[in-house]
Amino acid sequence: MDNLITVTSLLYVLSSVGYILFLFFQKEYLHRLGQVFLATGFLCNSIVIGYYYAKTGQIPVGNLHETLLVAGWAVAGVFFAFQYKFRVKVLGGYAALLAAVCVVASFLVPGRIVETRTIFNSFWLIAHVVSIFVGHAAFALACGAGLLYIAQENAIKTKKHGFFYKRLPSLDLLDSTGYASIATGFTMLTIGLITGFIYAKSVWGRFWSWDPKEVWSGITWLLYAAILHGRLTVGWRGKKAATMAIIGFAVVLFTFFGVNFLLKGHHGVFTR
Amino acid sequence: MVEIILLGLNHRTAPVEIRERLAVSKEEAAAMLDAIKESASVNEVVLFSTCNRVEILMTAGDKEDAVKTAKRHLSEFKNVPLSQFQDSIYVHEGDEAVRHIFRVAASLDSMMVGEPQILGQIKEAYFNATKRKTSGVILNRLLHRTFFTAKKIRTETGIGGHAVSISYAAIELARKIFGQLEGKKVLLIGAGEMAELAVEHLLKNRVKDIFVANRTFKNGVELARRFGGSAIRFEEIPGFILQVDIIISSTGSPDIIVSKDQVKHIMPGRRNRPLFFIDIAVPRDIDPAINKLNNAYVYDIDDLNGVIDENLEDRNKEAIKGERIIDEAVISFRQWFDSLDVVPTIIELRKKIDSIVTAEIQRTIQSMNLPESDREAFDRMKNALINKIMHHPTLLLKRDGCHGGNSVYIDITRKLFNLDE
Repeated sequence: MDNLITVTSLLYVLSSVGYILFLFFQKEYLHRLGQVFLATGFLCNSIVIGYYYAKTGQIPVGNLHETLLVAGWAVAGVFFAFQYKFRVKVLGGYAALLAAVCVVASFLVPGRIVETRTIFNSFWLIAHVVSIFVGHAAFALACGAGLLYIAQENAIKTKKHGFFYKRLPSLDLLDSTGYASIATGFTMLTIGLITGFIYAKSVWGRFWSWDPKEVWSGITWLLYAAILHGRLTVGWRGKKAATMAIIGFAVVLFTFFGVNFLLKGHHGVFTR
Repeated sequence: MVEIILLGLNHRTAPVEIRERLAVSKEEAAAMLDAIKESASVNEVVLFSTCNRVEILMTAGDKEDAVKTAKRHLSEFKNVPLSQFQDSIYVHEGDEAVRHIFRVAASLDSMMVGEPQILGQIKEAYFNATKRKTSGVILNRLLHRTFFTAKKIRTETGIGGHAVSISYAAIELARKIFGQLEGKKVLLIGAGEMAELAVEHLLKNRVKDIFVANRTFKNGVELARRFGGSAIRFEEIPGFILQVDIIISSTGSPDIIVSKDQVKHIMPGRRNRPLFFIDIAVPRDIDPAINKLNNAYVYDIDDLNGVIDENLEDRNKEAIKGERIIDEAVISFRQWFDSLDVVPTIIELRKKIDSIVTAEIQRTIQSMNLPESDREAFDRMKNALINKIMHHPTLLLKRDGCHGGNSVYIDITRKLFNLDE
């Protein structure tokens, strides 16, 4: 399986290179190349995850190695889904790079075999994990769209149309991509939390146990709820929305990794 | 040997006073083409004239005489003494002439690099020349290569990319802010050529509503009717800023018309939808500090000029790629042109016939088991055959100096026998 992970990493890296070259030279074939590599990489990534699932009978998020593998998979998959509606081609560079970093890191982290325990086997757990990962991947994209928005807005505001102005799409497209990503991410996070509660109830007998990861997930949820609320009521958009998307993703990253390394809790069991 | 000669003057060599006096109208061009073609030394001629240049492209056996003829006709037709423009004239021949026409058509030689009109103007000039039957094999081929090369440069380089006029630059910016302009609302404050041009571009991009505010309401109504929009009173401007997306301002007012405070208070009511101000007026109508507000963008005339300069710089960079494409095109044209030389064509034709006849004879006698002497007889027959076949074509091709040159025959010969493979 290690070979296939190597192949996946390689494909993601090649895809990043393709997309980044596309950013510089704006040639359509480079974009296509990036797409093809990313799609193939996603396929290999799916096979690896499928293999793990078949072998252990559980969704592979038992350690950092597996978690990163699924994270890369979610980023690539969610980017493809969004690509369909919002054609922000240059965002591909960001998504592919992120997926590549995840999978390469996963490759470097030794994957220990996790003993199968019954508590990992539940429909609710699978639903919980999948929706949380997809939600986080959508937040990652929102952050990317936000970064691009700020670059583009800066070029327009300062009237110095340098590298980005020509290469990036319109502010409107970047803004609506970011908004759609956050809306999707928030929905998935909500589903993830609810399924998590149900699962927790079935395993530990209570919905909420003040586990650090739970607390930080709650904070993340509140933050994104505030962002969406602000947009719908008083029109938080543009630069403000972009900045919030970036801050939001920083909190997501902390919830995702920081909590595991810095704080302890029952989620540590999964990702140590 | 026939050479390609180009003679002309352009915005770099001649001041506008001379260019405007030498500009050739379509009717004059037709008469001039006929007159120049009359000359014994000129075989083919195409002439084109724009506000920035007059160029006469010819093929001629006697270069000096052809140039003299062209100058004389230009002077006589336009009634300008030769001494007045003699120094502005440049003459290119051979590869340099080919390169020049390629560069002109690709808009690399234009005052504004990448402007798209020039190719159409050359096409029209060529069409006129074909109507007068003054262009022949060489210039036909040359101009077709010219059009092909110019198109290639336009599609493969960014030479035509990005706006280089105020109104286009404004529209391009609006697209970078709003993406689609369809359904957007526009407010025009004041009037003026540039502002109206911008509104027309916006209408082409299918914006939804145009509002026109003018100090004199009557003028506003007239302008609004022209754009199919509606006129509003000057005092209503703040209320309309609430609902429009793009504001173009071009009044003669010495004071600021829209202030930062006004816009600041309007933004929440717009739910922060972006607002784009295009301020073409001098002195300015729109408070430049508005640009500091979130989701509001202000570009004044200097900013737009800055954008244009930047775009022009880009085009100049792309022009270098264009020059490379032209280098290749010049070389490939040269190869074709050289093949028109008569001696190589005759040799190639002889070789071609020889190879056909030899092959057929070989096939026939292969199975016959003939003695050596009989084989020699076949060889003699072969040579006699080729000489007889080649006799008239060779005479015709070598008969030089007939009016129109022999390049037509050479070209046809090469095509008939597929000598270019």
